[in-house]
Amino acid sequence: MKKFSKILSVALASAMIIGLCACGSSTAPTTAADSSSDTAAVADTATDTATDTAADTAADTAADTAAAPAGDVIKVGVVNNPPSESGYREANVKDMEAVFSADNGYELKTYYSLKNDEQLQAAQGFITEGVDYLLISAAETTGWDEVLKKAQEAGIKVYLFDRMIDVDESLYEAAVVSDMAKEGETAVNWLLSQNLDTYNVIHIQGAMGSDAQIGRTGALDEQFASGKMNKVVQQTATWDEAEAKKIVESVINSGESFNVIYAENDGMAKGAVAALDDAGITHGVDGDVIVMGFDCNKWALRELKAGAWNYDGQCSPFQAQIISDLIKSGSAPSSKKIINEEKGFDATTITDADIDTYGLGE
Amino acid sequence: MNNMFKKLIKGGMGQLAIPLIAIALLVIFNLIRDPGFFFVGISHNNDGNIVLQGNLISIINGASELAVLAMGMTLVTAACGGQDISVGAAAAIAGSVLVKTLKSGPQITGGKVLLAFILACIVAMIFGSFNGTLVAVFKIQPMIATLILYTCGRSIAYWINGGATPTVSSPIISAIGSFIPGIPVPTPVLIVILMAIIFKLIFRFTSLELFTQSVGINGSAARLNGINSTFIKLLSFIILGVCVAVAGTIGVSRLGLINHETLLLDIEMDAILAVAIGGNSLGGGKFKISGSIIGAYVIQMLTITLYAMKVSSTDVKAYKALVIILLVVIGSPVFKDRFNKFVNRMRGDKKGISEKGAAKA
Repeated sequence: MKKFSKILSVALASAMIIGLCACGSSTAPTTAADSSSDTAAVADTATDTATDTAADTAADTAADTAAAPAGDVIKVGVVNNPPSESGYREANVKDMEAVFSADNGYELKTYYSLKNDEQLQAAQGFITEGVDYLLISAAETTGWDEVLKKAQEAGIKVYLFDRMIDVDESLYEAAVVSDMAKEGETAVNWLLSQNLDTYNVIHIQGAMGSDAQIGRTGALDEQFASGKMNKVVQQTATWDEAEAKKIVESVINSGESFNVIYAENDGMAKGAVAALDDAGITHGVDGDVIVMGFDCNKWALRELKAGAWNYDGQCSPFQAQIISDLIKSGSAPSSKKIINEEKGFDATTITDADIDTYGLGE
Repeated sequence: MNNMFKKLIKGGMGQLAIPLIAIALLVIFNLIRDPGFFFVGISHNNDGNIVLQGNLISIINGASELAVLAMGMTLVTAACGGQDISVGAAAAIAGSVLVKTLKSGPQITGGKVLLAFILACIVAMIFGSFNGTLVAVFKIQPMIATLILYTCGRSIAYWINGGATPTVSSPIISAIGSFIPGIPVPTPVLIVILMAIIFKLIFRFTSLELFTQSVGINGSAARLNGINSTFIKLLSFIILGVCVAVAGTIGVSRLGLINHETLLLDIEMDAILAVAIGGNSLGGGKFKISGSIIGAYVIQMLTITLYAMKVSSTDVKAYKALVIILLVVIGSPVFKDRFNKFVNRMRGDKKGISEKGAAKA
């Protein structure tokens, strides 16, 4: 028995090590920074984030800033979630690295983690290192009071982007965020402008309780309540494409009529369209059913351009330019909460340039 | 009639009684609720093919991935007395390998799809043998051993994808995921039938079924009888790996899209349930793959029924759980034992009464 437990413990230990290795290699771009709480390693991560072109720009930054005179550059520390989180985050990280480049007169330091406490430590590191500006997209909304107070004492200006934090407004300059409710309103207004005789809507929701779901559902729920649009079915597919397909399939099988599919992200819209295709129901421009999605993935915008879908709402990850403009203007922003302007694309008016500029992913 | 029923309960069909009764109940329930529920219609899809359509088709089509995984899971369960909870994550990896290979060149040809599928199979078999080694060689609890891949599998898939959600579009892929032109039955259904036939043939022409059962019932006894139990356990995980690759391929082909976060999410639990509903002992030993396949269809029929009743999909899982608790409890040995005792006592009492009556007379 003793021998057995010895073998077992060795096996378990080796399994854990194997597991760690497997995990480590899988998320190399992000977890490379995870174990490092010291500031030297934090600086390294700028070159570690090997996401295609990002690596080049980051490497350039590192090389250029070494040569540049110390007084002229603006030192910016960015605490963000890792690019592996989503296509949105990937675009967000790339945008940050492109805007806060050495060419634009910045010295960029980045730290990526999904864990709040690691983010807090990194922010602390940036403060002791003496950055001029601290940009934060926090993993969690709580726990930031102390760090932001320290930043204020050190004269470091803080901007929040993408996500709000539960702290007093005086602790940060401004927050540049998306307004999910407005995304929903833009989409619903577009739908109303189509002037259909009746609106029979299949509403496929994202994971219940998520910001995006609550925001994008809100505007449509108002229309359901006012009777302007009819709710054929309202179901959550929790961002799952296959689930969205099943939901639409069950409506088709029930024989109920519908003419609008409002899916709260691109993947679920694709799932819904697959169900329509199987049933021989036409969709998109000149089709029987209007298809609406969100997030503006490049492939989704291409579907739009091809006329297979009708509308795609943007969830913009591009906050860097707004913050850069604020920093360079030198004056305090007019409002503490700055809403990032977000577009909605119509299949009849979208251009290839739009796809290149606003599309996420490949 | 009475004989047949007895045979159903006690004979070879005994194990299948529970899933078959479950399906019968669901069918009756649906027919009462909506007589047209199982109506199968014929229509044209947007590619101009003649296709079958209806709830029944949705059920057998939608359960395909689950059915394929349940087949492999049955084997692992029987051999190891434990379950692989990493099949969903492993399928995401296999799917990512498939998409990566398909996107490696400008054109998608039939040969390339075959190559991609073979690569996906190989990768899934490697991960399967990783799990299998931990379980068979290092004697780690299957659930703990597969927890490793369960935890990091989707990260590996992300790493292979190198981005958000790559898409592939090709007539061949949509033929795998939905319909082959000229055949009105969804292709995933045909794949399930093919897999079932392959399993049947393997069991017919090899001793795998017998060996797996004996290893599951008593590994040491099997070893003493000359069966390499380590190898049998490892083999069951490798076969499950093939099932995982097939399921991943179907999942990816349905939409021509790989989302490492949502592809076959939570399917491992459904696959284990399918095995349990199929009347297989989760502790290993005797098994019937047909039971697990029926179990998969029971789960899918339940889901589609709840959707058709417009139950909110957040609540679907709760209702599913209720029905499953019922099925599992009814299928448990303790319940069966008590039920049999109860039946016997009823009979015995009757006998007693009649004997008393006879004595009086």
